[in-house]
Amino acid sequence: MTPAFLYALVGIVLFTIGLYGLILYKHLLRKILAINIMGSGVFLVMVALAARTEDAVPDAVPHAMVITGIVVAVSATALALALMLRVNEEMGQAVLPEDREV
Amino acid sequence: MKKTKLKIVEKKTSLFMRLVLTILLCFLVIGLGYAVLSLPMQAVGLSAEVATNVEISGVVNPVTAVLLNYRAYDTLLELGVLLLALLGVWSLGGTYINKSSYVNPVLDFLTRFLAPIFILFSGYLLWVGGFAPGGAFQAGSVLAAAGVLLFLNDWHLNTKYSGFALRLVLIFGLVLFIAVGFSFVFLDRVFLEYPPQFASGLILLIEAAATFSIGSILAALFLGREPTTDSNSNVDTGGK
Repeated sequence: MTPAFLYALVGIVLFTIGLYGLILYKHLLRKILAINIMGSGVFLVMVALAARTEDAVPDAVPHAMVITGIVVAVSATALALALMLRVNEEMGQAVLPEDREV
Repeated sequence: MKKTKLKIVEKKTSLFMRLVLTILLCFLVIGLGYAVLSLPMQAVGLSAEVATNVEISGVVNPVTAVLLNYRAYDTLLELGVLLLALLGVWSLGGTYINKSSYVNPVLDFLTRFLAPIFILFSGYLLWVGGFAPGGAFQAGSVLAAAGVLLFLNDWHLNTKYSGFALRLVLIFGLVLFIAVGFSFVFLDRVFLEYPPQFASGLILLIEAAATFSIGSILAALFLGREPTTDSNSNVDTGGK
């Protein structure tokens, strides 16, 4: 087990923790946070697996993908938060219609 | 626009359901872990191809070479995704969160101190991206952080600039990227292929424009609504 695989496994655990939160919690802010944790797990897996080269220089392609991915994740989160605020404004609570407590 | 408050009331899911979910997710961890561990211990991936072509890519840093040269198409589309997200946020109209008008003196002092440093550091990151970790995305994020600090201090863009000028800055990176991509199509090259002798300068040009656009898009996303261009409006708005 090399450190690269250890980091990749940590990434998988992070992804799963995020998935747990996404399924279990009804509040949209928590769901958005959960998706971000899942994304961090995926990024960690990608960066970790890129380090499996023989020399010290890791594979640059996954690193470039993660850099663009982080910025896309930030902008997607911003859009999700704006949608959540709108839902909160329209419905009085920031939950999806099927999760509403009447 | 009315002010809104976010209630966080969460009813606990039953212990049984949580237990079932935990067990199911444990299977997921085992499955994914098995998939990762069954990968070969050593894998070069594409690093050999990246290394052999890096001298004609115009930059020394392999990550920047991948971002702006080999897979420039991805980066181009990603700038488009950022703009789409901003379009989505703006079209939602925006909501005001309860916010006191009191400006924290510590925050005020720190902002005056940090904002110029952030802008300087952003320029450094942009330049250093050619041969070390750095580049347009990192520089743009730091620039956006400076904008966020300013917004927290109730700074706002002069309404004179929040119309056309702001939109010009927002799309500048994408437009320049596309223009550079097409400019060599007529010289028997494919879209986004740069001649090696000009590659270095072109990449720096694209990255500089992208830095401004990424920084302003991220800061505008933080603001969460379209800045008004009406100078008579009392609503505090901004943009960067």
